Amino acid sequence: MSVSYLEAIREAQAHLLREDKRVFIYGQDISGNFGGAFKATKGLAAEFPGRVLNTPISEDAMVGTAIGAALEGMRPIVEMQFADFSSIALNQILNNAGTQYWRTNIPCPITVRLPSGGTKGSGPFHSQSMEGIYAHYPGLIVMTPATVEDAYTMLIDAVAIDDPVIYCEHKYLYYHLKADELPKNRLPIGQARVVRPGRDLSIVTYSVMVHEALAAAEELRADGFEVDVVDLRTVKPLDTDTVLASVARTGRLLCVGESFPWGGVTAEVIARVATEGFHLLDAAPARLNAKDTPIPYHPNLWSEHRPNENSIAKKARQILAE
Amino acid sequence: MLQTAGRKGTSTPGKAAPHKRYLEAFRWMLQTRIFEEKLTSLYRGGLITGGVYVGRGQEAVSAACGMFLKKGDVFAPLIRDQAGRAAFGEPLLDVARTYLGSRQGPMRGRDGNIHRGRPRAGQLAMISHLGAMIPVVVGTLLAKRMKGEKDFVGLTTIGEGGMQTGATHEGMNIAAVEGVPFVLVATNNHYAYSTPNDREFVCADLVDRAPAYGYEGRSLDGTDLSECLDVIGGAVERARAGGPPQLVVASTLRLAGHGEHDDASYVAAEIKGEDFARDSLQRAEEFIKEEGLADADTLAQWRADATAQVNEAVSTAQEEAAPDGNEEDWSAISTRTLTDRIS
Repeated sequence: MSVSYLEAIREAQAHLLREDKRVFIYGQDISGNFGGAFKATKGLAAEFPGRVLNTPISEDAMVGTAIGAALEGMRPIVEMQFADFSSIALNQILNNAGTQYWRTNIPCPITVRLPSGGTKGSGPFHSQSMEGIYAHYPGLIVMTPATVEDAYTMLIDAVAIDDPVIYCEHKYLYYHLKADELPKNRLPIGQARVVRPGRDLSIVTYSVMVHEALAAAEELRADGFEVDVVDLRTVKPLDTDTVLASVARTGRLLCVGESFPWGGVTAEVIARVATEGFHLLDAAPARLNAKDTPIPYHPNLWSEHRPNENSIAKKARQILAE
Repeated sequence: MLQTAGRKGTSTPGKAAPHKRYLEAFRWMLQTRIFEEKLTSLYRGGLITGGVYVGRGQEAVSAACGMFLKKGDVFAPLIRDQAGRAAFGEPLLDVARTYLGSRQGPMRGRDGNIHRGRPRAGQLAMISHLGAMIPVVVGTLLAKRMKGEKDFVGLTTIGEGGMQTGATHEGMNIAAVEGVPFVLVATNNHYAYSTPNDREFVCADLVDRAPAYGYEGRSLDGTDLSECLDVIGGAVERARAGGPPQLVVASTLRLAGHGEHDDASYVAAEIKGEDFARDSLQRAEEFIKEEGLADADTLAQWRADATAQVNEAVSTAQEEAAPDGNEEDWSAISTRTLTDRIS
């Protein structure tokens, strides 16, 4: 028996609906026997009547409604059909959910699931990575699970947390990433994980790029380099200590993310390491992101638009040569 | 006590003594006018930072909104709702503390003026983006239904300016889709800041939108307190009884600037002679005198009582400490172990 990243998300929601009466799921096409554009809620509407609710195509109102329900003591999960469409709900997420606790002293425990990131043929409006925007604004926790285990445990944690959580699940990992079983243990939220220890270069990354980084690290091993790969797991809060400890082991840093290059998570990691760990660095820190264009449709363009095993390995060699 | 009477105000149009209800509403309106004049004077004297936003001309509509809501209901007031907030039970001290930035107020200096609220008491804290509070009210009502609560209603107010946002469209629609007991009271005060109606919308009357959203709609003269009480009271009653969402569109003129920083010199001279430009408070007072509902001494006493309450709230807030940036822990989330810290 095995469980995929997508199945883990579904199982986490089934667990939450079973264990916590306050939980309901709100989103487009998630109810009935359809179960969502990606089937992340398949079967849940029948198992939990009245708690998996279809909405109109109204992202702003979906999140606004979730905020109101959370203020009344519920634990809503909003499923965005694609992360890209959460732009319509930015106002509710950033200005209403993100400011609620600070302004009123009343927490706003909503979880917004964002099917994120690129897949072949998805194009400019079904491929975006929004974590940098949400992390920029105060008041939100931003999760970017890279493994089946994290997909499961972090979603359960997201709903338990009293604050708004943006849960960025990567569509590229939905089907092909599998584990033998659902996890029995969990790493605490806010703690990064050293996926692979090394001594020559730190690659700090998150979400789907963890897997590209691991492939690149394997490639570099053939050249005799041992790469330390850190999975941030949550980009906000950002576990600076684990990153600095990695850089202390290696003296070199490459930060990789699939989102657009201007600002964002990779820039933030490098800024923190430059500020707090300048003395640890033996070479200039570098970053690798997608290109500064909309995300292309054709696979030939898309595979070059995002960082990948080859471009990561190439960049890593440059840093290692310094 | 006037301060708490609104909370108990469950009067039903046509059933309770209408004069008693009318006089109660008048007192909320009077208190509001006196309070807002005080706030304006403090602002002009440099004692309030930020801005002051008053409901002059809209007190009758707002008072009626607050009076028919009770404990367990949800009210999301907007910019010109001092009268409704007070009638729903917001202490005057909350207002004074918020405007004056007392650390003891509900917002503790973190947000000001009309952005105050107490979500746990059913009064939501508005954000400035218009229409955004509509789905939030819907969410509270959906949750109450899921929790098995009965006999509740949610009401939010908006202007004709806010009626033109995408958020309002989404919010109005989702309220009807969820079938929650919801009332939207839209006041057309004829100006969105400085922009007159002809650059805001072109339908004959905003209430015409009601059937398109699956709402029952009614329009009213917002300067007529009796009509405000009857129509808004009726809308609240129908929503509470399980009717469809209700849209009430009131017509008034904003008898002040957008805020007290604004002299409203753009308001056309001819519009000031329209029926909807009358002062609802003045009309109510004239009606009370004509009908002999209260004598001159009583009216004078009410004015003195309201002035004393306002002065007490303001002087209390003025004596309280301001917030101190050095004592803030600067966390925008409640889970302090997950606060992101940058060295």
